[in-house]
Amino acid sequence: MKYIKYLVLGVFFGIVLSKAEVVSWYRIYEMFRFDNFHMYGVIGSAIAVGIALIQLIKSTHMKSLTGSEISFTPKNRSIARYLLGGIIFGLGWALTGACPGPMFILVGQGVGVMLVVIASAIAGTFVYGLLRDRLPH
Amino acid sequence: MIEFISQPWPWYVAGPLIALVMFMLLYFGNNFGVSANLATMCSIAGAGKAADFFKFDWTKRIWNLVFVVGAVIGGFIASEFLTTDSGVELAAATITALNELGVAQPGAEFLPSSIFSWSTLFSLKGLVIMVGGGFLVGFGARYAGGCTSGHAISGISDLQIPSLIAVIGFFIGGLIMTYFLLPIILNL
Repeated sequence: MKYIKYLVLGVFFGIVLSKAEVVSWYRIYEMFRFDNFHMYGVIGSAIAVGIALIQLIKSTHMKSLTGSEISFTPKNRSIARYLLGGIIFGLGWALTGACPGPMFILVGQGVGVMLVVIASAIAGTFVYGLLRDRLPH
Repeated sequence: MIEFISQPWPWYVAGPLIALVMFMLLYFGNNFGVSANLATMCSIAGAGKAADFFKFDWTKRIWNLVFVVGAVIGGFIASEFLTTDSGVELAAATITALNELGVAQPGAEFLPSSIFSWSTLFSLKGLVIMVGGGFLVGFGARYAGGCTSGHAISGISDLQIPSLIAVIGFFIGGLIMTYFLLPIILNL
């Protein structure tokens, strides 16, 4: 039963990304061509509200549902890892027109072939795990 | 009400709602990051035997898998009950560019059906886009330590420089693909 809230939140997330057409291959293509403000508006306003909410959490020392104070772990300092990993991710994002969330949402929309994209993304994750020690981080 | 919901939602509705999802996950004591599930699935499938990276207690991440199952259901509900017109109103410049690349009826559906179908999957174009693209997303997300939800939304909201670097990387890769590689790949 403790998982029900995650299911509800996931359903909400799937509806929002579907209704805002974030899951559309065309919207991603349009974004990378700078032809439309839509995607920049979605991501930009999410970040603007996100910054305000996280500042609120920090300044009020807000506690999570489990009773402990909500904490944020700073990410490790590196440039190679984030830049190279980011570029590889970006190449794939512009090709499939879907980041991981939308891939799953599209399966729900009836695009069955997205299961192949997901399987391939899992394979990519696995290969990263194998090569991890040999990559610059 | 249902008529309002059935229309495409503007960015100023969607963006804050995505931030709300992030906030709720933090409030539940977790983090917003969809691509972590791909590593969880590797771990469940026994990848820990091949690489230590996948040796973790995946039962602590079940909540995230449940979240993704919800997202699938959300996609179904949205397309089945909350959408009357499945077309996407694209910018005129985008339509022109896609016509030049030979993509038929841009925006008629959420995805170009000439690309994302089982019949295209077994062509060179389909393999490169779906199998190759998926692989890059999975590999890149884990290498960068997160995807759009983990870096672009969560990380930048927390003013983390590494996340900003990752998102700059997302755009470098995305622009190279869109301007230099996609024109070649679409004509395979």
